[in-house]
Amino acid sequence: MSYVPSTPEQRRAMLDAVGAETYADLYRDVPKEMLLDRQLDLPEGMSELEAVRTMTALAEKNKVFQTVLRGAGSYDHFIPAIVKSVPAKEEFLTAYTPYQAEMSQGVLQSIFEYQTMICELTGMDVSNASVYDGATAAAEAAAMCRDRKRRVTLISAAAHPDTINTVRTYCFGTGDELKIVPAKDGKTDLDALKEMLDGTVASFYVQQPNFYGQFEDADLLGELVHAAGAMYVMGCNPISLGLVKTPRECGADIAVGEGQPLGLPMGFGGPYLGFMATTAKHMRKLPGRIVGETVDSKGKRAYVLSLQAREQHIRREKASSNICSNEALCALTAAVYLAAMGPNGLREVARQSMAKAHYLAEALTAIDGIELVYPGPFFHEFVTTLPKAQEVLAALEENGILGGLPIAEGVLWCATEKADKASLDRTAAIVKEVLAK
Amino acid sequence: MKLIFEKSVPGRHCSLLPKCDVPDAALPEALVRQTAPALPELSEVDLSRHYTELNQRVHGVNCGFYPLGSCTMKYNPRVDEDMAALPGFAGVHPLAPKDAVQGCLSVLDTAKTYLCEITGMDGMTFQPAAGAHGEFTGVLLIKQYHRKRGDFKRTKIIVPDSAHGTNPATAAMCGFEVVNIPSAPDGCVDLEALKAVLGDDTAGLMLTNPNTVGIFDENILEITRLVHEAGGLCYYDGANLNAVMGVVRPGDMGFDCIHMNLHKTFATPHGGGGPGACAVGCKAFLEEFLPASALMQGEGRLQVRSFMGNFLVVVRALTYLLTLGRDGIPEAAQNAVLNANYLMRRIQGTFEPAFDRVCMHEFVLDLSEYKKETGVSALDVAKALIDYGMHPPTMYFPMIVHEALMLEPTETESKETLDWAADVFREVYARGKTDPDYLHGAPHHAQIGRPDEVRASRNPVVRWTKP
Repeated sequence: MSYVPSTPEQRRAMLDAVGAETYADLYRDVPKEMLLDRQLDLPEGMSELEAVRTMTALAEKNKVFQTVLRGAGSYDHFIPAIVKSVPAKEEFLTAYTPYQAEMSQGVLQSIFEYQTMICELTGMDVSNASVYDGATAAAEAAAMCRDRKRRVTLISAAAHPDTINTVRTYCFGTGDELKIVPAKDGKTDLDALKEMLDGTVASFYVQQPNFYGQFEDADLLGELVHAAGAMYVMGCNPISLGLVKTPRECGADIAVGEGQPLGLPMGFGGPYLGFMATTAKHMRKLPGRIVGETVDSKGKRAYVLSLQAREQHIRREKASSNICSNEALCALTAAVYLAAMGPNGLREVARQSMAKAHYLAEALTAIDGIELVYPGPFFHEFVTTLPKAQEVLAALEENGILGGLPIAEGVLWCATEKADKASLDRTAAIVKEVLAK
Repeated sequence: MKLIFEKSVPGRHCSLLPKCDVPDAALPEALVRQTAPALPELSEVDLSRHYTELNQRVHGVNCGFYPLGSCTMKYNPRVDEDMAALPGFAGVHPLAPKDAVQGCLSVLDTAKTYLCEITGMDGMTFQPAAGAHGEFTGVLLIKQYHRKRGDFKRTKIIVPDSAHGTNPATAAMCGFEVVNIPSAPDGCVDLEALKAVLGDDTAGLMLTNPNTVGIFDENILEITRLVHEAGGLCYYDGANLNAVMGVVRPGDMGFDCIHMNLHKTFATPHGGGGPGACAVGCKAFLEEFLPASALMQGEGRLQVRSFMGNFLVVVRALTYLLTLGRDGIPEAAQNAVLNANYLMRRIQGTFEPAFDRVCMHEFVLDLSEYKKETGVSALDVAKALIDYGMHPPTMYFPMIVHEALMLEPTETESKETLDWAADVFREVYARGKTDPDYLHGAPHHAQIGRPDEVRASRNPVVRWTKP
């Protein structure tokens, strides 16, 4: 099966029409010695039913947990039905980048609405149409900040390890230096940052809440960074922004983050959504697509891909980034999620996630031998000590619970609004039982 | 139509969450946001209708012909969507223990087996999220390779002037100096121009084959040999792989690494601009430089994004690969090429192809003579097609052809559709000869008339603001 609709008779007629005896005639420019002179060493094609059987069998080899108490960059939030059905609509699904505004107003308007929602969440003036994920958003933000004099990028050690490594990789690409600001007590070490800030530093990136779930002193960090003349980039959990001070309120120049919590499934890591927003001042440095409002030839409101002079298809090697395809359908998903939740619903998801995490933390630390590793306030993730960690986690898994993530500093737990009190109580009971053995 | 914010009614909402069944946790006052985000307040029926209305103002592959050259807008099978939505894939945490994710690892492994066989590569990563991201990943392989060998003088990447803009932009992001070489008149590599720039500062060459005008470069073995002889590596931009999959392999053309756009060649949906997914393949000697996730796979390697890539897109692509199998894969390529040649010949006689010879999966029309004669530009013709419900071809690319329209019909269009499309082109051609003003004003029956792009750029309005 190859989804080719033309019948053998039609194919014959078309070959005749173009003066070809066989398909091989169409490949006459390919040097003979290079042509594959055998069949591909692959199985025969399958019917749809066989493919469904094969793929379903693979899916069944994975274990799906009823309760997920693990986050670390991928979060198990409730996804309302409408958030799944809208992006599944075939037109949204199968269109490409809206190059032709006259037949793409639906995509363009949906992106314009998404950009507005990201601006509202972050407090910023302008958002792009998305980048690949939170880690690449951080890397692109760092690139926005570098100029001829200031080339060094600083990143907090308390950021997600994949974000740090991705920013490192992008810096390796351009040959720029990345320095890691150490953490102390699970947060960015302010004194260390002070020492590292100098006239060569282009930007500093902090994650709020950070990898350990801790709230950073975001305002203070911003003041230090700005006093040194550098740019301040904040990576935010978008759910937390229903409740928590915006990056704009903290003085950030650029706000980025991983949009997966906004209605996207965990999906073994992707596709996710990198959001990026900044102040009006830096608008023309923002990479990627940006949709703008204008009028059409009849004076009617219309939307277009705008400010394209920044992009690779115009600027080639002088472009601000090479990005072309982005995560548009994921951005649409996030927009539907935010619209379904509304301001109150989003605050409620944030409030409940935080409440559940604190309830779980209390239940766990009530058990002998388990303590919080870091002292500061946290959002919906926290690190504990955990004796017999492997044994405990295995016992939880047997009971359909994915426990916290073992990391060097302890175990990193997470709870969202999806975990009900009963499952949290059950978790604590199982942990207690294993430790009592 | 109204923006979603203009439909908002204070106090309206969807009913989605239960009451919280645990005590509240207090957020320290200093951390509380000062004003609530002005998100829309809507009921579910409002939402459903808003997005249905928007969706009706979108042209997808399911709506009709979409010959957007270089983008491979083939049909996206529905079964692929069903498979990606299986809870056994969608519900998997990327950091779940190994024994809980064996199915996911099998998906990646099987997809790798298929794609390595199709391309003649040995190693592969699925971490990059899109084609340009794959280029970045691939060129970083080249960079690491030279550095590991202590060869720091290789600072230049060669890119033909017919290349996609992402190629030079990628080379720059990888810290290389971009050497643009002029193409021969047929868009193929000018061997003399190539020889003139090759040297011990050459890190590599980035090339699309078939090239961006839809012609297979018959000198390809000589090209890759010359680059290797100079000590450089050869990077294959897989944007045009659909023409040759199962027929000829980039690995056999002499390429060292390659990216494939799963959202083009392997039929996963384009989603209004993404998400795509990209597989980067390489020969065995480059495998040690492939990226990995620090958190999932340990430190020590580069990585281009979090976790292991756009996994659910790989699920779709694998489903497609399974259905095509060893015969369907070349069958798709051959019919993509047949459809392009057929459409080109059916249009010929009105708009003329830039190159009057057999093409691969796409071809370029050169409207410069027609414009001289009628004043009607490639843009005018593109806009006129919209009135027929056809998505216009890629315009003004590649830059080596003036007034270019680039058509890629793909294999999933029937002869009837191609005949219809050719008739539309012929009709537009005739109209432009007698009534050029009609085309200057096109489209006449679309969602909007031509938008004022200058205004959008000079006076940017990039978000809605509460009145």
